[in-house]
Amino acid sequence: MTSLDPRQELAKRLGLEHLPPVRFESAADVRARLATNDYLSDDSIASVSFLADRLAKPVLVEGPAGTGKTALAKAVADAVGARLVRLQCYEGLDESKALYEWNYRKQLLRIQAGRSEGETESWSELEEDIFSSEFLLTRPLLEAISATDPVVLLIDEVDRVELETEALLLEILSEYQVSIPELGTVRAKQIPMVFLTSNNTRELSEALKRRCLYLYIGYPDVERERDIILARVPEITSALAEQIAQVVRSLRTLDLKKAPSVSETLDWARTLVILGRDEIGAEETVATLHILLKYQSDIERATKEILGHTVNLA
Amino acid sequence: MLNVLADFVGELRAAGLPVSMSEHIDAARAMRVIDLGDRRALRDSLAATLVKDGDHLPVFYTAFDVFFADRGASLQDDGVTQDGESPDGAAGAEGPGQSRGDGGGGSSPLSAEQLADMLFRALRDGDQSALSRAARAAVARYAGMEPGRPVGGTYYLYRTLRSLELDRLEARLTDERAPGDDQLSQRLARDEARSRIENLKRAVERAIRERLVEDRGSAALAKSVRKPLPEDLDVMHANREELAQLERALRPLSRKLATRLARRRRRRRRGPVDLRHTVRRSLSTGGVPLDLRFKPPRPAKPEIVIIADVSGSVASFARFTLHLVHAISSQFSKVRSFVFVDGLDEVTDYFDGVDDPAVAVARINAEADVVAFDGHSDYGRAFLTFHEHFAKDVTRRTTVLILGDGRNNYHQAHAEVVADLQRRARNVFWLNPEPTSYWNSGDSVIDQYAPYCARVVECRTLRQLEAFVGGLT
Repeated sequence: MTSLDPRQELAKRLGLEHLPPVRFESAADVRARLATNDYLSDDSIASVSFLADRLAKPVLVEGPAGTGKTALAKAVADAVGARLVRLQCYEGLDESKALYEWNYRKQLLRIQAGRSEGETESWSELEEDIFSSEFLLTRPLLEAISATDPVVLLIDEVDRVELETEALLLEILSEYQVSIPELGTVRAKQIPMVFLTSNNTRELSEALKRRCLYLYIGYPDVERERDIILARVPEITSALAEQIAQVVRSLRTLDLKKAPSVSETLDWARTLVILGRDEIGAEETVATLHILLKYQSDIERATKEILGHTVNLA
Repeated sequence: MLNVLADFVGELRAAGLPVSMSEHIDAARAMRVIDLGDRRALRDSLAATLVKDGDHLPVFYTAFDVFFADRGASLQDDGVTQDGESPDGAAGAEGPGQSRGDGGGGSSPLSAEQLADMLFRALRDGDQSALSRAARAAVARYAGMEPGRPVGGTYYLYRTLRSLELDRLEARLTDERAPGDDQLSQRLARDEARSRIENLKRAVERAIRERLVEDRGSAALAKSVRKPLPEDLDVMHANREELAQLERALRPLSRKLATRLARRRRRRRRGPVDLRHTVRRSLSTGGVPLDLRFKPPRPAKPEIVIIADVSGSVASFARFTLHLVHAISSQFSKVRSFVFVDGLDEVTDYFDGVDDPAVAVARINAEADVVAFDGHSDYGRAFLTFHEHFAKDVTRRTTVLILGDGRNNYHQAHAEVVADLQRRARNVFWLNPEPTSYWNSGDSVIDQYAPYCARVVECRTLRQLEAFVGGLT
């Protein structure tokens, strides 16, 4: 049992001179440092973030919309003092938008400039010149790999890209390197932390999942949601925060088209603070329900089931 | 520890989770960097490395509880309480003594009222360690566990929970908490009480599992408490809770299926060669057609006719299938649905203009007129009725799906009707929610219909259903 620890192994493969220091001491340390950045984690979030650092593996974060998946990556970046490099995925995303692109115009200029100066440059010299990193436009993935300062790479909504495009990510996720045919392989100069988020609109490929640690962030329980509200909406009283968390929990038990997310809960809390309420009654709830629920049918159902009367919201 | 991990991975695989070799290695590596004494951290680390799907987590947790049972931690818990930190002095001190001494099978010194009181207080104060103590005491008192009996925990769970009278406990909690009498605060109090009761149920379940592990060892127990993944649940024999689970699983499943099919359709771009376009392109290469151009594919979207038995035994299966097919109805040029018991009714309209098929399916149950006589399935009569009114609508483009177990209650089969449908339609498929071994036993006459169907498919789980429906387009 003399196998290297995964970080040493990776550092050796990447040819790093010295092993980068670990970012977190323990899961508790993760928790504390995220909390100073106003991100309230729970045990599993902290454990997985800690493991991601120690095992040098990317984290795939899944869960309903608005539960703080993207916010986690931001908070981790802040906590470790790194720059956040973000790749927003969408259908139709391709290599030239995600990885790198040759700067054709600049290459063309270079060729023309060479001609007009009347230099007798051989083609092989010229080729070597125009396919150098000077003519390379870096896109987020390459940027994160080639960065020399500490970075956290966030690949947002990875379930939106096509199955084929997903394969682009595999080399980065397992080897932390990018192969450019004309240039060779660009290896990471450090071990970046990588977060991928997914709303689970489609099944991600086995190959991708296997390379990542998996973290599921569901809706928080009442206590944690209350604490989140207290942390993010400073002017609020704890009694009101508790009440808000309870109402939201009750709403989530209904069979709604779209259950209220944490970010909507926060919006609601802010609204109530601005309105100067310190506790919620039926009328305030009805009047401000549209902040939590985004479908008319949901609003009607919630009004009926939770408040027990139908209200015409027209 | 590595051996335990290997056994655990084996158990996960047996339960249907796809755990790869490299994930196993990751888990082993994770175990080297965390504090193994911290059970919660161990659980989260293993979950992160071994489970890659949120829907699989419940199965994982069950297996974890069995394999890494909470013995050490619970004893520590009890120790702390005995040092006098317990808020409910007498009962607290008695509780742990009870749960430990009881391993030998002694009788309970706690009276029923004391126990109920202890539970109530633990629930009211939200005191987790008091709650698990109370749960252990309750299990010792009510479950009536017998060593060596090869049953899963469900039986003991049922016995314990029945004796605890949870409804009364919930009502009491609600009353205690409800400050005002308006609907909102009532509702909040009730939901709070309910979530605490759920918490108690879980604590009881845990307590039972701990005792069972002690009795029989992890591997043996894991086998008997193994829960199938939602997509592997047998639809016909699902209990109410499992049905709710299926219902929840169905929605994302149908959404994913629709995305996949739409994508496949878009990508399948090979229509026939477009000669005009190819020749025009070939001009740039001196008339040599280097670059073949294709006509856009004309998607042959099939028409689907579903004829579903909705009598008691197979109702939930029919519901799931209707839901799934209509959820991806954009992949078909037309979907028509018929349901029957011994009468037949068209229910296509119910799905019109409803964006959630679940709503329509619920309406079918309430409103469709499917019982003509005694309310026992009569496939022969249903097929005759269908043939009489709708056979002319079945064309070469139509795929007919018949859903049912073929249990005809000894009525006449009228297989010749299905034969005629087969002549008219592109395909006739029969989906049977019963396991193949049950076919043709008792009043099942599936074999009389089978010769006239392109395929008779066993369709017991959502996974099988999804695979079949996905293959239709």
